[in-house]
Amino acid sequence: MFFGLGVLRGLMVTLKNFVTSYFMPPDRGGLFTVEYPEKRLPVIERFRNFPFLVYDKDPENPRCVACEICANECPTKCIYIEKDTDPNKKPLRRPAIFDIDITVCMNCGICEEVCPFDSIYMDHPFEVASSDRLEKLLFHKNDLLKSNDYFHKIRPTHAAAIDARRRAVEEKKKSAAVKPSETGQPPKAQNGGKP
Amino acid sequence: MPKSYTVQNTDLLDTQTLEVNFGPQHPSTHGVFRMFVELDGEVIVTLKPVMGYLHRNHEQIAENLTYLGIMPYTDRLDYFNAMTNNLGYAMAVEKLAGITVPERAQYIRVIVSEFTRLINHLSLVGFLLNDLGAFFTPILYAFREREKILDVFEEISGSRMMCNYLRFGGVKCDLSPAVLETMKKITRNFPKFLDEFEALLSKNEILCMRCQNVGVLPKELAVNSSITGPVLRASGINYDIRKVDRYSLYDRFRFRVPLGRKGDTYDRYYVRVLEMRESVKILEQALQDIPVGEILNPKTAPFAKAPRNFKPPVGEDYGRIESPKGELGYYVVSDGTPQPWRYHIRAPSFINLTILEDICLGHKVADAIIILGSLDIVLGEVDR
Ligand code: SF4
Ligand code: SF4
Repeated sequence: MFFGLGVLRGLMVTLKNFVTSYFMPPDRGGLFTVEYPEKRLPVIERFRNFPFLVYDKDPENPRCVACEICANECPTKCIYIEKDTDPNKKPLRRPAIFDIDITVCMNCGICEEVCPFDSIYMDHPFEVASSDRLEKLLFHKNDLLKSNDYFHKIRPTHAAAIDARRRAVEEKKKSAAVKPSETGQPPKAQNGGKP
Repeated sequence: MPKSYTVQNTDLLDTQTLEVNFGPQHPSTHGVFRMFVELDGEVIVTLKPVMGYLHRNHEQIAENLTYLGIMPYTDRLDYFNAMTNNLGYAMAVEKLAGITVPERAQYIRVIVSEFTRLINHLSLVGFLLNDLGAFFTPILYAFREREKILDVFEEISGSRMMCNYLRFGGVKCDLSPAVLETMKKITRNFPKFLDEFEALLSKNEILCMRCQNVGVLPKELAVNSSITGPVLRASGINYDIRKVDRYSLYDRFRFRVPLGRKGDTYDRYYVRVLEMRESVKILEQALQDIPVGEILNPKTAPFAKAPRNFKPPVGEDYGRIESPKGELGYYVVSDGTPQPWRYHIRAPSFINLTILEDICLGHKVADAIIILGSLDIVLGEVDR
């Protein structure tokens, strides 16, 4: 074997890759990256980025009851919650302030896992870069609240599973004639609610 | 192997050694790592690794978190291998709390660990070639394959690199048949890619000349410095925790432990290529036999929803795995509260780095770069 054969064989490999990357379909060695800002690949359903809050009908009454479990369990402690109060200073079961500092959030998804009221889920949009760190990257309640339809749009299977579970719990409660969602008991999880 | 190097004085000219700081912002150091090098001409006379630039206080932070809350932080230790980091930590806590893992979950764990090993070795070989001056051709071929695996990880865990996928007593989400099919396809096509990769690299004369007999790590030194992982095996010592401890389900799979002969940089490169082939074998068997069943021990499932109720009994335990970089161990002490009392990591990158000076002395500066590259360090894990 003469000196340089290894290099030549290597060059054959690069030549082959050069040709296949342009003229072959993606699964046989062709390019499978896209030119990002113009073209986009679909986002995978389970992709998680930053959390958002789900409301059912109107944003004034979100599912969130300001129990602060997510804020306590968040490893980076980037959620800040204050309970709403009625005019008589009696605390209500909804948040007045719900802030998430997404410069600190590490997209772990633990808030989503621990929330007993199916309220907080991980969102898809990833283009949130901004030069204004203090205002744009601190998500307030209004930025976070998104409808259940939106949830269905980004995560069809997960949202359907959650809805089915909530309906089942609701019906059970109705048949047991207990007033819904005032028992202070979280709805019982079935399969952990994961798709 | 010169242990120390003396400056040769010539009568003709007064010469001086030159002190150079490699890093902390040097592209060859794979992160914020500083090598303080003293050079006589081109030859290294002393080399002192300086670390700590990426110190993030991981262990102290962990002692203030719940056991589950630490899991996403372990992803960020060795950010190439989130899955194996999760596995080591999960195993330590499972040992501590006496949790068993259902069989399907064990299979999933083996599968994701071996995929992680592929990712790690691919990136390592790519970056090593980058350090050698083969700019971006090999690494992009490697990253092309890595990309396919990362897509699978995103599909199962929600994130490409920071997976946070394992839970105590199982895994977070199940693998769907479609994902298993994709995994099988990747595994099927991988040997073909490896053949091509080897045709490009393994017999390349330039690579051989640069790597052979460079940075020889003798057996005794490797053992005495408690080097683990592919670096140890390249020196010819048969020690693989997958075989020694037979943790998880590794006793069910047939695979071999590739060993190097000399312990030079080329052996360290080649051992990794061979390990990828063995990983493919494990993957083939695991994907073939994966049973249906539970993915999370029903006893621990409630703790995924309420991490504060998870209080392992008072005690201490050490869980270790063969991570792609070596022995990754987690030492956890519980005092019966929801937070660990003490938490420590035995990071393979950190310990493998301790021999850097010994194997670099007497070599040229350019060789120190590839020796460092072949040790396979990740600064996230070195500094923690
Ligand atoms: S855990 Fe759920 S319900 Fe409780 S505060 Fe957080 S989002 Fe709201
Ligand atoms: S994703 Fe993790 S870090 Fe971010 S808010 Fe939720 S729990 Fe906190």
